Amino acid sequence: MTVRSHWLLVLHLALLALAFQAGPASSASPDAIRTLALKDSEDRIAALGKLLAEADGSAIPFLQALHDGEVQIAGGRQVLIVRGDTGIDAVTGAAVAPLPPDLEAVVVNNRIRREIASAIAALMLVSPDLATRRMAAKALETSAEESALPLIGKALDKETDPEIKAMLVLIWASAQLRSQDAAMRLAAVKELALSNNANTKTLLLGVLEKKGQDWAEPDAGIRSAAELSLREVESRLSTGERIGQIFTGVSLGSILLLAALGLAITYGLMGVINMAHGEFIMIGAYATYVIQNLVRSHAPEWFNWYLPAAVPVAFASAALVGMLLERTVIRFLYGRPLETLLATWGISLFLIQTVRTIFGAQNVQVENPVWMSGGVQILSNVVLPHSRIVIIGFALVVVLLVWVALMRTRLGLFVRGVTQNREIAACMGVNTARIDTWAFGLGSGIAGLAGCALSQIGNVGPDLGQSVIVDSFMVVVLGGVGQLAGTIYAALGLGVVNKFLEAWSGAVLAKIAVLVFIIIFIQKRPQGLFALKGRAADA
Amino acid sequence: MGPITATISRLYGTRGWIALGVCAVALFVVFPVLNLVVPAGSPFHVSAYWVTLIGKIMCYAIVALAMDLIWGYTGILSLGHGLFFALGGYAFGMYLMRQIGADGQYRVNMPDFMVFLDWKEFPWQWWASDQFWWCAALVVLVPGLVAFVFGYFAFRSRVKGVYFSIITQALTFAAMLLFFRNDTGFGGNNGFTDFKRILGIPVTTPETRMALFAVTGLTLITVLLLARYIVTSKFGRILTAIRDAESRVMFSGYDTLWYKLFIWTLSAVLCGIAGALYVPQVGIINPSEMSPANSIEIAIWVAVGGRGTLVGAILGAFVVNGAKSWFTVAFPEYWLFFLGAIFIAVTLFMPNGLVGLAGQLRDRMRVRKASSALLPGAP
Repeated sequence: MTVRSHWLLVLHLALLALAFQAGPASSASPDAIRTLALKDSEDRIAALGKLLAEADGSAIPFLQALHDGEVQIAGGRQVLIVRGDTGIDAVTGAAVAPLPPDLEAVVVNNRIRREIASAIAALMLVSPDLATRRMAAKALETSAEESALPLIGKALDKETDPEIKAMLVLIWASAQLRSQDAAMRLAAVKELALSNNANTKTLLLGVLEKKGQDWAEPDAGIRSAAELSLREVESRLSTGERIGQIFTGVSLGSILLLAALGLAITYGLMGVINMAHGEFIMIGAYATYVIQNLVRSHAPEWFNWYLPAAVPVAFASAALVGMLLERTVIRFLYGRPLETLLATWGISLFLIQTVRTIFGAQNVQVENPVWMSGGVQILSNVVLPHSRIVIIGFALVVVLLVWVALMRTRLGLFVRGVTQNREIAACMGVNTARIDTWAFGLGSGIAGLAGCALSQIGNVGPDLGQSVIVDSFMVVVLGGVGQLAGTIYAALGLGVVNKFLEAWSGAVLAKIAVLVFIIIFIQKRPQGLFALKGRAADA
Repeated sequence: MGPITATISRLYGTRGWIALGVCAVALFVVFPVLNLVVPAGSPFHVSAYWVTLIGKIMCYAIVALAMDLIWGYTGILSLGHGLFFALGGYAFGMYLMRQIGADGQYRVNMPDFMVFLDWKEFPWQWWASDQFWWCAALVVLVPGLVAFVFGYFAFRSRVKGVYFSIITQALTFAAMLLFFRNDTGFGGNNGFTDFKRILGIPVTTPETRMALFAVTGLTLITVLLLARYIVTSKFGRILTAIRDAESRVMFSGYDTLWYKLFIWTLSAVLCGIAGALYVPQVGIINPSEMSPANSIEIAIWVAVGGRGTLVGAILGAFVVNGAKSWFTVAFPEYWLFFLGAIFIAVTLFMPNGLVGLAGQLRDRMRVRKASSALLPGAP
């Protein structure tokens, strides 16, 4: 049935082409038109083959009319395309009114109709329009005839789009597989071994099928060649699947890492249980949304580059809200972790409702810039989306910057000092209260960056934060409190393990398994993967 | 007086018993009369809405008491009590689903969602679920067992404080995901609803509703007295000691594991019972009851009323949930603002909750008076 729906699409497109083509109904050669309209089946098929060989796209409207039964013959000679009360001379393109009395419909049988439809699709392969070509290639995927081979070859030479080109290679091979010539079929089977397309498998399996008593492929040599090709393709595809899983795992891990990194600072280093952390991520995502809208309305020509502007804004807005909250609420709860937990939960409810009031309860649209859509195809069944690659890179950069900020700057030195021993740091002249504010601001700002990244691959809505908060806490807890390196390992590990489990047991069970694993893990190692040793562990 | 009556009378002073008696009369005499006997047109009539609302909040109050035992008295903050509540609800919900019989949409002796999923027979979880006694036992056993196993491993590894809170949250989150699946066998997203009968009696008549209300009230009072008995006993004093300085208790020769494990499991069982009473009154149970947000809200009921006081837990459940049902009707968009503000205000300004508010004000007055006595010039 899908084949039929593809055909319908093609036909629909052809009709569109017809509607746009004013003037002569067709510029196909008069000979071809007369042959198609007046001669018998064999001649017609020959004429179609000739049209295909010429790759003459201008014949499409006439073929379409023929396919739809709109072609009629007046006086045994004049070929007309009749629609309602008006007729058009198919050769000259002149309107004919009134219609001659002795009209005779051209009978198109099913076989010819199929041939015509296939020819239309094949002719559309050389259309200058990318979408038309893609549609045509889709339609031909399983039904290309041998007669279309020259045209497909021609289209293959001209094609620049890699996706369509890959489809054309398949079509080329499947058309060859239908050939009567055994040598040609063998060549096709061998060629398919080089293909990386997942559909190749179905094609080769078709060759190896049994139809009743007989094999679909009578030649045993070709069958064994097909088997070899199949094995080769399969092994390559499974490698691809594994690579794809690792990649999506790393990508999920990098998102977890971004979400948990800020938490590792506020919770791990400062001991603040920030249940509103997810909402700082949400603030970052909404900041990205606002910047996107501003750029679109004020400088649409820069729309593709709104992200570089959104990144600092997302950081700053989340950091500001974080610092404000630290000054007004969290500061008074240091040393009382359970109270902090409840108060920050209250803050999160507050922030969620604020966003709902300003932006509405529905998800908002954040569009990817053009350069982030699409992907890198490394194998036929592995496409690495640009957006994910960018986010992995972004996560790396953020980790690096956080490391620099904590290890190589004065602020970082103070933060570490206050974390390790607040009193001594204060004695040394560090303004610990101010350091708390800055450190909390840094953690919140990183959450904002995570939000900016998440807005590119997921939904942006008021509940965004709630959906990531549990995961972020798991990462920090698994990695060990106060350990940035632990957070990184835990995030990437969880991401990859989660994706592998997902492939094996489905998304929900995978998630449950991971949660249960963490619960058990904490029983065994309450201090996380990378526990502090010695006196620091008791603090 | 026998030893048992002596123990019971020791629980509260004269004023306490009188207050409890007044509450009992209100619950078992005034409410039923105003609802069932007084005609609907009269200004004194109590509508079904109020009966259901108060009944529901009494279930929450039982949960709050359970939470107070574990958090207010033992110092262990659970963010997963919604799970035990929901488990009790689901256990009893199974029985209620079986009582629908063949009155469902498909007129088959099987819950609608199973027919919808094209199941031919009941999965193993539903074994004997048509027996009241078995489901009633499950109400106690399932939350108790889950809590016991989880608590045993957690307390044995000395997971405490925030870590414990977070893994209880992970536990309820995982359970929620599990119950959202259709394959788990408990109705997936929609859970259980459309109950028709309980013990063969139609469930929505005013009399049944009032009976459920009275049973809930009785349970609440029993749980209150039980909790009071625990916290005033020697056992309760050890719990409080664990809250205040666990290592000292251990150094004094107590194995805190079993104390914590007992109160933790009891707390979960109480939640399960509350859930079982909740489901027939509200008429629905679904996995959203297990969402982390629900569990954390339980903590705020206790915090609002006053941690470490049993009356405070009940008061908090009534105040917060009363405010919730009023807000969500009158100003639905401001409810979260209000709830968020409660969370912040209670933790910042009212560490002892509403019950402690009077004492807090008294202290402040005393400090002011003392300082003005010291400094005659100051206002």
